[in-house]
Amino acid sequence: MYSRAYKTIVSVPPLLWVGLFLLLPYALMFAHSFWAVQDGTLVHHWNLANYQKLLTNPLYAEVLFRTMRIAASVMLCSLLLGYPLAYYLSFHSGARKELLYQLVIVPLWVSYLVRGYAWKTILGSDGVLNGFLQYFHFTHAPVGFLLYSPFAVVLMLTHIYTPFVFLPIYASLEHIPRPIVEASQDLGAGPASTFFRVILPLSMPGLLAGATFAFVLSLGDFLAPLLVGGSSGTMIANIVQTLFGASYDWPLGAAISVCILGITLSLLFLTERLERHWSFK
Amino acid sequence: MSSQYPTRRAPLLAIYSALVFAFIYLPIVVLILYSFNRDGVGGFPPQQLTLDWYRQLFADSPIWDSVLNSLLVASGAVALSLILGLLAALALDRASFPGKSLFRRLVQLPLILPGIITGLSLLMFVVFARMQLSLLTVFLGHGTALISVATTEVFAGLEKLDRAQEEASLDLGATPWQTFWHITLPNLKLSLIAAGLLIFTLSMDEIAVTFFLLGRDNTLPLEIWARLRRGITPEINAISTLIFVVSVVLIVIWYRIRMRSIGSEAQHLLERP
Repeated sequence: MYSRAYKTIVSVPPLLWVGLFLLLPYALMFAHSFWAVQDGTLVHHWNLANYQKLLTNPLYAEVLFRTMRIAASVMLCSLLLGYPLAYYLSFHSGARKELLYQLVIVPLWVSYLVRGYAWKTILGSDGVLNGFLQYFHFTHAPVGFLLYSPFAVVLMLTHIYTPFVFLPIYASLEHIPRPIVEASQDLGAGPASTFFRVILPLSMPGLLAGATFAFVLSLGDFLAPLLVGGSSGTMIANIVQTLFGASYDWPLGAAISVCILGITLSLLFLTERLERHWSFK
Repeated sequence: MSSQYPTRRAPLLAIYSALVFAFIYLPIVVLILYSFNRDGVGGFPPQQLTLDWYRQLFADSPIWDSVLNSLLVASGAVALSLILGLLAALALDRASFPGKSLFRRLVQLPLILPGIITGLSLLMFVVFARMQLSLLTVFLGHGTALISVATTEVFAGLEKLDRAQEEASLDLGATPWQTFWHITLPNLKLSLIAAGLLIFTLSMDEIAVTFFLLGRDNTLPLEIWARLRRGITPEINAISTLIFVVSVVLIVIWYRIRMRSIGSEAQHLLERP
């Protein structure tokens, strides 16, 4: 039905554009990770020294593990907040469902930076929370450990990703045919057993999608640590960012980026396989 | 579907959900509240309401310059990614070419990967191509990274499109161009508007990619970022509150449009003999 000219006109421009402005940049990142810096200039000398450095210097592994711990905590916390909320909205909210759903969506439109900033003003040693605690005489001196810690990073990222985790879970809960749930109850399963044997497995694709999303985006975050993390909350992407800025070692930074990319893509691949396994036909 | 079944009461779950809502909204409420606090951000309770911070904000020309830059970049990004996304969706729907599934995945990468990876890759490209960092590079970055938003929306729209209309148009002697302009495009209007709004808001809020592609002129988020590094001022609360209000207004308008179009579609169906 569509002529050859039509097909050429619609496919060539996006292919060229994406090849030039997306594929080439990613390929350049990959190439940089095998290059080197000598006397402050980049030399196109192919080698594996950057990856060797990552493996031999324990600092990188340490920061990577901290980053993964933070990302896993964010994932877990947003699941603990997002799943029950999605479950409540889908099964128990009755007529207010649509309104409550909108209420979860609205904060998604509030800028990432603005929400991070808000937490900074709340957690700071002369911040709102400390003011609150002292006003009601819970403490007499400001509590200092709240801001500039891994805890603050987890809190801020959990706040940002909870609505994102909520969305796919809610969608998969809404897709569960209600007669199946009714049938489980009619056949004598209690609420707990209905939940764990019927609802939870059927919502697995949404849960996996949300969890992966929270983990992957936390893994590569460098703004939250800069904003509320302090030096004890430094994450792997912060090292990349310094290597590209002040330290000027692009090849090493590119090598770390390639590692982040590798972890991310293998996780996405794994989730996709698992989702297919759990998906309801 | 679920409305057929009685809603069971779950008081504990309801309380838990209310707490989650409180957690989600607490920072936003604090932010707005302290934008009116005379003594600035911090301390409890907020005392002496004032509009001074808003007055200061309106007199602050670097902020408004950055707002203008952001609007410029976002509009450009919307145009660029809508055109390329529309073409890409048509290509994925109607043409076959080598590497089709690779292309589909590649386009989605900027939305799935952490922003720092896309940002740095584009920075390397800019240096490689000997370009100058400026708003132009930011626009190229946003426009390219957000193509998949348009592709996904338009592709979904194409799946709902009634092919018989296009066939009829071609059979009755219209050129492919006329058919595209009078049949295909009007049918995709809603998908394009939805994608455009989403791309616009995502571009207005983008930091991670912008961070690496920025020249001398700041976008709004990066201007706020630069100020945050210097210290906290309630002016940031004020501009954040304004952004929040504008976003909510945009959402409401968007829902009105959507509801009206769904309503007219329903009416259209009813009026059919």
